[in-house]
Amino acid sequence: MKRNYGPRYSAPQTLWLTLFFAAPLVIIITYSFMKKGLYGGVEHEFSLDAWKSMANPTLLSVFLKTLWVSIVATGITILIAMPCGYSIARSHNQTIRLFLVIVPFWTNFLVRLYAWIAILGNEGFLNQMLRWLGFRESGFQFLYNQGAVILVLVYMYLPYAILPLYSTIDKFDFSLLEAARDLGASKMQSYIKVLLPNIKGGIVTAILFTFIPIFGAYAVPLLIGGKDSYMLGNIIADQITKTRNWPLASAISMAVTLLTAVAVYFFLLKKPKPQHVELDSEVLSGNDALSGEVH
Amino acid sequence: MKGSDVTVSSVSKSFGDFRALKDINLEIRKGEFFSLLGPSGCGKTTLLRVIAGFEDADSGSVSIDEVDVSGLPPDKRHCNTVFQSYALFPHLTVYENVAFSLRIKKMPNRLIKELVTRHLAMVQLEEHADKKPSQLSGGQKQRVAIARALINEPSVLLLDEPLSALDAKLRQHMLMELDAIHDKVGITFIYVTHDQQEALSVSDRIAVMNAGVVLQVGSPQQIYENPASEFVARFIGETNILQGKILTREGSLNTIDADGFGAILIDDETKVVVGDDVVATIRPEKIRISNDRPSGAELNVLHGIVEEPVYSGFQTKYIVRTDTGAKVIIFRQHANWSEGIPDIEWKDEVFLSFSARDMVIVGKSA
Ligand SMILES: Nc1ncnc2c1ncn2[C@@H]1O[C@H](COP(=O)(O)OP(=O)(O)OP(=O)(O)O)[C@@H](O)[C@H]1O
Ligand SMILES: [Mg+2]
Repeated sequence: MKRNYGPRYSAPQTLWLTLFFAAPLVIIITYSFMKKGLYGGVEHEFSLDAWKSMANPTLLSVFLKTLWVSIVATGITILIAMPCGYSIARSHNQTIRLFLVIVPFWTNFLVRLYAWIAILGNEGFLNQMLRWLGFRESGFQFLYNQGAVILVLVYMYLPYAILPLYSTIDKFDFSLLEAARDLGASKMQSYIKVLLPNIKGGIVTAILFTFIPIFGAYAVPLLIGGKDSYMLGNIIADQITKTRNWPLASAISMAVTLLTAVAVYFFLLKKPKPQHVELDSEVLSGNDALSGEVH
Repeated sequence: MKGSDVTVSSVSKSFGDFRALKDINLEIRKGEFFSLLGPSGCGKTTLLRVIAGFEDADSGSVSIDEVDVSGLPPDKRHCNTVFQSYALFPHLTVYENVAFSLRIKKMPNRLIKELVTRHLAMVQLEEHADKKPSQLSGGQKQRVAIARALINEPSVLLLDEPLSALDAKLRQHMLMELDAIHDKVGITFIYVTHDQQEALSVSDRIAVMNAGVVLQVGSPQQIYENPASEFVARFIGETNILQGKILTREGSLNTIDADGFGAILIDDETKVVVGDDVVATIRPEKIRISNDRPSGAELNVLHGIVEEPVYSGFQTKYIVRTDTGAKVIIFRQHANWSEGIPDIEWKDEVFLSFSARDMVIVGKSA
C-alpha cells in the first residue's frame, strides 16, 4: 500500500493558517456578536447590536465610496498594467524590466507613502518645480483629495497587476496575432478578439490582486486623502481606536470579508479554466511573499 | 488562367548584418501551384512573410493581382496564410475559427453559417464544428487552418510547410488532399517546403532557393532533369556529380575528361568551349548495371566492383567503385517478376552504362 504523506507534510502550513488566519477570524466573528465594552473591548454577552447598527446611512455612503474608489483605481491600474505587461513580455531584456517593476518592494510601504507626500505636498517637489517654472507662487493643493488617493493607490498596486499580466502574456502565442491580421483584423481588433480572450486568466488575477487590497485600504486614504476620502478601512480603525466599538468594527470587517469572498467566488471559481487555474496559483504563491507588509 | 498573380521584383531583406533575401524576382501565374523549395534557413519563410505583409522588404516590391501591395498591412492584402504551427485560435471553436474573417467583415449570420458549413464540408470536418482546437488531431487542425484561410476567398493562398508537423503517412494523404483542394478552388497556391518529394509531386512550378537567392524556377521535370546548378542537382534527389574539362565539342556532343571517370560523352546544348572546366551530372536511375559489357552509340561504359547493394523493396541502390576510382550510385527498379531478383551482389564485377543524352552539364566550375 502506498502511504499518504500529504497530511504530514502539510501539517506546518495547516498549523500556521489555523493560528494566524482561522483563529483571528473566529475571534472577530465572535466579537461581532457581543456587546461593546465601555472603554473598548467587549462584554461577554450575546448581542446583535453591532450587526443592526451597520444599517446606517453614513456607513452605506462610505461603503459605496470605497467601492467606487476601488473600481476606478483598479480600472486605471489594469489599463496601465496591460501595455506594461505586454511590452515586458515582448522585450528582449525581460529580466531588467521585471527587476525594475519589483524594485519598489524593497522599500517599505509607509516609506513610499511618505515619499508621495514629499512629492505632492504644498512645499513638495512637484510644487517647487512648478514654482521654478513660473507657475503661481502659492502652489497647488495636490494632496488630501480623492484624486491623490487614487493616484497613490494605482502606484502602490501597479506591480501586483503587472506581474500576473506579464506572466500570462509571456505564455501567449504571438503568431495568433499575425493569424488574426492575416484574416483581416486590424491591429486593435486582433488585440480585442484574440489577445484579450486568451489572457483572461491573467486579467482576472490582476483585478483580484489590486481590487481586494484597495478595497481594504487604510493607510493611503488616511495619509494622502482628506476628510471626504474616508474608506471602510478607516471606519473600522476608528471604531477600534476612537469610538471604541469593537463589535461594530468586527461586524464591518466580517461584512467586507464576506462580500469579497462572494465576489471572488463569482469572479474566479465559478467557471474554472484548467490552464488558467494552474497559472494563477503559481502567481499567487509568488506574490504571497511580496504582500507580507503593512497595507 | 493567365496573367501574373503575384510578382516579386528585386526584393531584398536583411536582419541586421544578415542578408536573408538577395534580390528575389518571381512571377507567379494565376491559379498556379507554386512551390518555394530550399534547405532550412534559406529564406523561404521570410519571402512568404514579405508577400503576406508581416515583414517589410528593405527594397523591391510585391504585387498581388497586378496591384502593388508593398507597404500595405496584412489585413489589406488579398492573400491568406496557412501557418506552419496552424495558429488556430485556442479560445474559439472550429466553427468560430473558420468564421473569424467573416465576423471581422460583419457578414450576416445566415451567410456566415452557409459559408462555414460549406468550407467545413470541403475539409471533412462537419462533425467537429463545436470542438476546440485542443481537441483535434494534427491533420484535423491542419484542415481547420486551410478552411479558415480559404473562406476569405483570397486570390492567393500562402502555405508555410503546412505538413511538416504531420507523420509521413498522413503527410502524403494531406498533400493529395491539398492538391485536390487546389484543383477545386482554382486559386494560386504558394507552397513552402524543404521536402523535394512534396514539391515535385504537386507543383506546377518550383523555385529552388539557397542562402537567400532563387537558383532556378521551372516545372518539376525541368528542375529534376535539367538542374541549372550543382546545388539544384544535389538538392533534388540523389545524383552523381562529375567534374572535368571539355576535351572535344562537335555540335552538342562533348567529350569531357572527368576526375575519376576518364573520357565521358555528354550530349548537352549548354554553351561551352574546349578547355572549359564543367560540372556534369547523371541521375542514378539512368545508369544501367549489368554483368555483360553493353554496346551502343553515344554510350558511356564503365567497369567496376559493387561495394554496397541496398535493397529497398521496389528498387535496389548500388554503390559501385569504378576501376578508375570513382564512386557511382545506381538505382535499379524491380519492374516485374520476369526480371527476377537482381543477380548482382556484393563484390561482383559489373558494367555501368549510360547514354550521353542523359548526362547534363550543370555549370562551369570555378
Ligand atoms: N526576425 C529575424 N531576425 C533575425 N534573423 C532572422 C529573422 N527571421 C529569420 N531570420 C534569419 O533569416 C534566415 C532565413 O530564415 P527563414 O525563416 O526565412 O528560413 P526558412 O527557409 O523558412 O527555413 P526553415 O525551412 O528552417 O523554416 C535564417 O538564417 C534566420 O536565422
Ligand atoms: Mg520556414
